[in-house]
This record gives sequence, C-alpha cells and structure tokens, in this order.
Amino acid sequence: MSLAFDDYGRPYIILREQGSKKRMKGLEAYKSNILAAKAIANTLSSSLGPKGMDKMLVSPDGDVSVTNDGATIVEKMEIQHPTAKLLVELSQSQDAEIGDGTTGVVVLAGKLLEQALTLLDKGIHPLKISDGFDRACDVAIKHLETISEEIDIQANEHEALIQAACTALGSKVVSKRKRELGKIAVTAVLDVADLNRKDVNLDLIKIQTKTGGSVEDTRLISGILIDKDMSHPQMVKEVNDAKICLLTCPFEPPKPKTKHNINISSAEDYKKLYQQEQQYFVDMVKLVKDSGANIALCQWGFDDEANHLLLQNNLPAVRWVSGTDVELIAMATGARIIPRFQEITPEKLGKAGSVKEVQFGTSNERMLVIENCQCTKAVTILIRGGSQMIVDEAKRSIHDAICVIRNLIKDNRIVYGGGSAELACAIQVLQYADEVSSVEQYAIRSFADALEGIPSCLADNCGLNPITSVAQAKARQLQENNHRIGIDCMELGTTDMKEQRIYETLSSKKQQIQLATQVVKMILKIDDVIAPDDY
Amino acid sequence: MDIVGNVLPQVLKDEATEDKGEMARLQSFVGAIAVADLVKTTLGPKGMDKILKPTGPGQEMSHITVTNDGATILKSMYVENPAAKILIEISKTQDEEVGDGTTTVAVLAGELLREGEKLIQKRIHPQHVIAGWRIARDIALKRLRDISTENDINSQEFHDDLVKIARTTLSSKLITSDRDYFADLCVNAVLRLKGSSNLDYIQIIKLPGGTIRDSYLDDGFILKKQITIGCKRRIENAKILVANTAMDYDKIKIYGTKVKVNSMDKVAEIEAAEKEKMKHKVDKILKYQPTVFVNRQLIYNYPEQLLADAGITVIEHADFEGMERVAAATGAEILSTFDAPERSEQILGHCDLIEEIMIGEEKMIKFSGCKKNEACTIVLRGASTHILDEVDRSIHDALCVLITTVKNRRVVWGGGNSEMQMAAACEEEAKKVQGKQAFAIEAFAKALRQIPTIICDNGGYDSAELIQNFKVELQKGNITYGLNMTDGTIGNMSELGVKECLRVKEQALLAASEAAELIMRVDNIVKCAPRKRERA
Repeated sequence: MSLAFDDYGRPYIILREQGSKKRMKGLEAYKSNILAAKAIANTLSSSLGPKGMDKMLVSPDGDVSVTNDGATIVEKMEIQHPTAKLLVELSQSQDAEIGDGTTGVVVLAGKLLEQALTLLDKGIHPLKISDGFDRACDVAIKHLETISEEIDIQANEHEALIQAACTALGSKVVSKRKRELGKIAVTAVLDVADLNRKDVNLDLIKIQTKTGGSVEDTRLISGILIDKDMSHPQMVKEVNDAKICLLTCPFEPPKPKTKHNINISSAEDYKKLYQQEQQYFVDMVKLVKDSGANIALCQWGFDDEANHLLLQNNLPAVRWVSGTDVELIAMATGARIIPRFQEITPEKLGKAGSVKEVQFGTSNERMLVIENCQCTKAVTILIRGGSQMIVDEAKRSIHDAICVIRNLIKDNRIVYGGGSAELACAIQVLQYADEVSSVEQYAIRSFADALEGIPSCLADNCGLNPITSVAQAKARQLQENNHRIGIDCMELGTTDMKEQRIYETLSSKKQQIQLATQVVKMILKIDDVIAPDDY
Repeated sequence: MDIVGNVLPQVLKDEATEDKGEMARLQSFVGAIAVADLVKTTLGPKGMDKILKPTGPGQEMSHITVTNDGATILKSMYVENPAAKILIEISKTQDEEVGDGTTTVAVLAGELLREGEKLIQKRIHPQHVIAGWRIARDIALKRLRDISTENDINSQEFHDDLVKIARTTLSSKLITSDRDYFADLCVNAVLRLKGSSNLDYIQIIKLPGGTIRDSYLDDGFILKKQITIGCKRRIENAKILVANTAMDYDKIKIYGTKVKVNSMDKVAEIEAAEKEKMKHKVDKILKYQPTVFVNRQLIYNYPEQLLADAGITVIEHADFEGMERVAAATGAEILSTFDAPERSEQILGHCDLIEEIMIGEEKMIKFSGCKKNEACTIVLRGASTHILDEVDRSIHDALCVLITTVKNRRVVWGGGNSEMQMAAACEEEAKKVQGKQAFAIEAFAKALRQIPTIICDNGGYDSAELIQNFKVELQKGNITYGLNMTDGTIGNMSELGVKECLRVKEQALLAASEAAELIMRVDNIVKCAPRKRERA
C-alpha cells in the first residue's frame, strides 16, 4: 500500500490505520466501480417501459412497498457501495428536477458504463472515453432539439397533455385507469397553473390518500380535503356559503413568550383572575363571531370552555389544522391567516361554497372537504385503493404524471417515446463519430451503442426480440427518414410513435442524457478507492 | 459472481438480500398462497375457528382469542413474507371499508395467484396474465352489478333483505344457531340509527354469565356507569344536563399563575374563594334546572354534595364515548360553560325514565324513552369472555354489513351464487378474446369458482359434484340457485333467504384483484438489512 520514504530513507505511513483499510487502484478500481453501478442499473432495467415489472422492497422495519418508480426503488434499496450511491443520487436528481424518467436515466447510465468497460479493456484512457462521451452527448442533445415538436397544449381539450400523462402512467400498476387518472392530473395541474408565467406551483396540489374502494374511485376535489373533523361532536357537519376565519392562535388564555409569574395573594385577586379568564373566552368567541365568520379553522387547540362557547354561538370550528393545510386553505379561499384575535376583520375571512364533513368506511373516520373556494387555486386529489401499497404506488404515479404535465406547460416541446428519440440520436451520433479523427471516435461510437440500449431494453421487457426489433426500427428510421419509429411495446401494430401517441417531454429526455453522461464521466474519473476494511 | 466470473462488488448492506426473477416470484406466490390457505378453512357456514395465542415470555396462556373473523386472524399473525403482508393489508382494508368479507378477499387473492402461478409455469408473461385479469375483473364486476337488485329503503322487502343479509353474515360465526334472533337484533339496532352510519352510537356491552340467548337489544340506552351514592336511583321524566367540565379543582387557565400568601388567614381566604368559585359553578348549573347531571370528568365531594342536596342525580366520569352517546340518545347539548340558562330547553336532554339496573352482577344506568333515541345498546351475555369477544366481533361484522347495505341498498344472492355467475361471465368472455389473455380470464373464473368450492369442502361435502350441478342449474336459467349448506345440496336461494350485500362483494373483488396484480407485477424483491434493536 502507500508507503513513502522521507529524506533519510525512513519509511512513513501516509494513511492513518493503513492496515485496516482497503484500497483499490487503477484498472481494478475502474472495473469495480463500473460493476457496482451496473448492478443497480440491471436491477432497474426490468422496470423500464409500459411492460416493465415492479420491485418489492422490504424496509429495515419490515414494511413492504411495491413500486415501479426508479427513484423510489433505489432510495429504498439502502445501497451502501459508494459508486452505486452515485446512481441513487442520479435518479433522485432526475426526480427533483423533472419528476419523471427516473428509471430511464439509471438504465442509460448503466448502458454507458457497460460500453466504457469494453473501451477500457481495449486500453483507451478513461479521460479519452469521458471526452468522447461528452462530445457525443452534445451532438445527441442538439439532435433531440431538432427532432422535437411543439405541441398545442390547448387543442382538443388538452388532449396532448392527457396523452403525455398517460405515457407516464402507462408503466405503473394503475395503468388500467391511466386515461381517467391522466385526466385528473391534467385538470388538477391546469387548475393551479399560471399559464401566463408558464409555471405551476405543485404545492397547490394536495395528494391525500385513503385506503378502501378501488383505484377507480380516485377523484379530484376542486378544493381542499383535510384529515380533521369538527372540534365538538354536536357542531353542524355542513356549512354552506362558508366564511372562513383562519386562526393561528389557540382558543386559550394568552401565553406570553416572556417568562412571567402572576402572584395571587388575596381572595379578591383570585376572583378577579377567574373573571378575567372567563372574559378571555367570551371575548375570543365574540371577536370571531362579530367578524361574520361562520366557521373557524385553527392551527392550535381549544380549551373545553371555549369549545363549548363556539358551539353555543353556532360557530363550527376545527382544531389542530396543520400548517401546510392552513396555507393551502388561505390560498384557496382568499383568507388571510390571522395570528391574533384582535386582528379579525371581515375582509380577512375566506369564502367557500361549502365546508362539510364526509365519512369513510365503517371505522368512523371523517375528513373535512372545503369546496367551491373563492379562488380555486388549490386542488386535492383523493386517491383510493385496495391496500396501503396500492395507494402509495398510485400516489407516486400521479406525482410523476403531474410533473410531466407541469414540464409541458413550462416547455411545450415533445419528442416521441418508445425508444424512437434515443434511436434517432444514436444514428446521428454514429454519423458524427466517423468525422472524428482521434481516439474519441471509439467512445462516441460506443455512446451511440449505449443509446440503442434503451429501445433494446424496452423491447426485451415487452417480450420482443431486442436485437431484431431494434435493427428493424433503426433501418426504417434511416430508410424513411422518420425519427418517430420506435418499439411497439403495446403490440398495437404500428411502430410509428406519433400514431401510438407516446409523448415524452423534451426537457425530460435532455435531462436524462445529460445527467447520465455526467455521472458516467464522474465514475470514470475515479482511479483510487480507499475505504475502511469492514465497509 | 456474474456469468463471466467477475467478482461483483457488494452493493447492498451486509444482511440485505435481493431475489430476482423466478426466485422472487416463487417467494411471493408461496407466501400469499400460504396465508390464503391458512384462513380458507374459516370460510362459509361450516368454516372452523382458529385459536390465536400470543407469543413472548410470560403470556403464553394469558390472552387467547378464538375467532372465525379473517381480519382478526390475519391482523394478529406475524409474517415476514412481503407478499403475505399485502394480503393481510387488503383484509384490513376490507374490514375498515365494509366490515365483512375479510376472509373472502384474502382467499380470492390467494386463489388468483395460485392460478397465476400455473400460467407462469406455462411460460405466459406476467404482463399478459395481468392484462387478462383486468378484462376479467371488469366483466365480473359488470355481471355482479347486473345481477344485484335494489329495493326502496322504506319497503318491507328492504327490511326483509336486511334480516336475510344479517343472517347470512352471522351463519358462518359461532352464533349460527341463534342467527335468526341476532339478525333481528342487529337489524333493529341499525334501523334505529335512521340512516346515519356512525357505528359508535351502537354500544355493545359484554357481560359474562348467562347464555348467548340472554343477549338483547335494549329499547333504551345503557350507560356502563354508576349513579353516585346518595342520589335518587330512579328518576322519571328526567331532564339531563350533559357536561364536559372540571368539577374537581377548577384550575386557573391563565398561564404562570401562582398563589403566594404570607399568612394563614390568607390561605383560608383563598380556600374559601376557591370553594365559592365551585359553588358558583354549581349554582349556575342549577339554574338550568336539570334533574340529572352527567359529567365526563370526575366530580369531587363538595360539588357532588351540593348537587345531591339540590336533589339532582349525579353521574360522574362518563368517558368521551359515553358522553356523546348520552347526548345523542337524549338530544342534549354537551356543555362546558354555564352562562345561558335561558337556552335550557334546547340544551337539556329528556328521557322518560332513568334507573339503575342490574345486569348479571353489574350495576348500570338505563335511560329509557329517550327523546331522540339514536344511540342504543346491545347487551351480550355468554359463558366466557372468549365467547363474548367472538360474538362481539360477529355482531360488529353484521352491523357493518347492514350499515353498508343501508347506504348502498343493492343486494345479491348468497350461497356462492354471485361468484358462480361472475365465473360464468368470465368464461363466456374468454371464448371471445384473442391472444394469451384468454388463459388468464379463464384462470380468473377458476379462482372465483374456488370460493364456493372451498365453502363446500369446509362443509365436508363433495365439492366437485356440487359445483358441477350448480353450474348446470345456472346454465338452465335458475339464476337464483346457490349452495344449501345445511343439506349439502343445490337450492333456490330465494326460498332459503340467503342474501348478501353487493358492496361487500364488490370491494372483495376489486381489492383481491388489485392485490393479486400488484404481487404478479413484482420481479425483484429487495429486503433491507433489519434494523438492529437494542435489547432492554
């Protein structure tokens, strides 16, 4: 291991506790890293595409989740290998930035690494490989932009958006209902989208889950659903034309932040204090009532006496509403969040068509629905399903679909799916490779091969022969000069993805290729791994 | 190592395992089918019960449960297999959503996977199996909805339906011999709710002693509490004040208060003031002129004495549920402040008679002739707590189903009729479908038909013959026929009066197929290293 000698020829140790450390250098390190990363990519590759399979993950506490979402799989696998962790982060950054294509990006990185491994065996320097990949990536991205098409998201009742959402949902367990769920997602996003600014604040879409029923029962509520019920069992369960008072102060006597003591030294003080206390409650409720509010939502708790006074004044109220819900309600109903009772004014109340309690199943669980809000800038998607695992997976799937729609609103350029875009890029990169006269040529050519790996993986998952179907598709793309030819995963009888209406966003595809290339470059630069022995 | 002989670096944590492809699938099939097989013997009127014994030191015999309820069995089981956990999960959801059919849903999912496994062995891709199941599920659901019937909520027929449904549900339980009695009891209890679906208002009191037959639905409402000593034990034409207020020491709610005195006199003064405050509260309560005072919290001696002196019967320490039920039954408002005696008429609850009664050895308070009469009480008697617990679960199942039926109102014929009809519909469809999916549709039909088959097997009858005869009857057009489990024959369900709630069947079908699909789609199981627990 690393042993150095000082000026007097005495050996000294550079690494602390060198004996108990593991070290890999050079080619050995490259290969080990690449193999570890490939192992992750291999696990994910069978989840790619509409016929991809799911993974069952058991957490350290024994909780089971079943998912098809790349980012969730790698996150829950609890990977410990340092290079493999880079792929986890890769998937997660795709999730954070785009929200969809988290499996694809890892699979692409895996294919690139596979190519890099053969190049290394040929004796090409890793930096040359990464340079070549970099140049190829630029060519691929440029070509993606030229083949992308702008779509009219408004046309045909947002048909294009629904199709894109369906593409995203197609690979999930909820694919049977992809059209319905896609519509729900599109409506939800359009409800909260700011089309002038071309942006969507996803915080305004609340996704609430509840087991029971079936995925078909999933619905969109043009309002907010909160998992709370009225504070007093005898309060009215439904308020129409609600004027909502949104409070962030408890219905309790005030608690100043500074530490203080009130000393009672006589019976009179005692009585006075009691009266004052009673007065607090009366005043609080009166202030709310006088403002014209007919329902109060509070972030904090209520004292029993205040609670009853609210009932007596016919003022239904909800306590312990979570902070995020309070903000959502404020946005949806146009209410101002009121931090002190003294500041309640009629202008600060929010308005909603109705606030009502709904009940689910037999276990007496109730939720509160706030509908027909003054400014419907917040919506809730209520997801139902036969079991917790289904509901969780449906939530992740709908999140993906929502992200895709948001990306389309931001940038309405699309490319066609089914591996067609990757194939088109591969052809372009291959052409470019021949023009390069240096060693990078090999790397660039390998990059094209890696891109072809995506359609081949898709074909493999659908039970088609990967080699023949990719070869056919590629030949047709070249002959007909049609970049929309891909793999017919759904067995619909056509390989033209425009006819199959498989849309993917340009931003997602671009991001996938760029991120995957970056990570591969990073892995290729590691030539020395030092780790504790027992790691 | 991979095929070429490269040593693969370890990617996952030390004790984590990863199973792929066939291995993963095998593991989930085995787990799910094992769970389904475990509960399948409890299915149907001749199903058997299970004893659940808790593990762990010192509790071997402490708390044993004997039950026939699928959800209870599955919930108490400790399983490690992830697919088995999914089955348990759907059973729980079924319990929460409709309350009954918890065994059916697990068994159906298990049977679907058993058929699915055969298809996989025939080299049919799981995605094709799923595609077929999806078609089959829609067909089955459509048929199920088509054969269901609906009656007007106020009609006599609907009432009869409810009794029949309750009887069907109860027939698989311990109380099957008294099912007519309990069916009536449950239906009456649910009808008292007048369409509201809050099960909390039906209270079940379990008292060991007597026989199951001695159980009854009380026409009034029973509170499992005692009247404070020194109060009247029988009040006619009672006016009830229901409160949730501190009647012990009324602490000051303003933050940071502290009593600080410098002499004994002052202590006495403060004490007097405190007492006066309580007296003041009692006076305010008295202004409402109640004859009975029910409080959620404890009542201390002093206010109790004051109230008793005023001739008011005091019931203390009624918990949240009890308080809400009293309020619902008598139409009282739950009070915490007492400053509006002029609203006394609206606030006080009324009932004709409150008396202390003895059931078995326990004293309880009975409210009869209540104003609103929404809450009611079922008193269960039985030889042991185990029996009582099981009867409680059975009654709970029946009540859930009845409430679901009141909400949904559609009913189907029981005795395996709906499953057989669904299976027939799937088979018809399978003939028309091109491609491999047809196998999966047939498999779905087979799995559905397994439900009546298991019911027959559990009864000790020749299932093969019965099911075939059953098929023939349906083919002949006798669409109301089903299994007669008392005689082991095929009989007309409309004569036998075996009905089931559509919603329960629907939910079981949907949940089971969703779960089976979920498990079928898995091709890789990753188990993380178990979290290390430090032993205390």
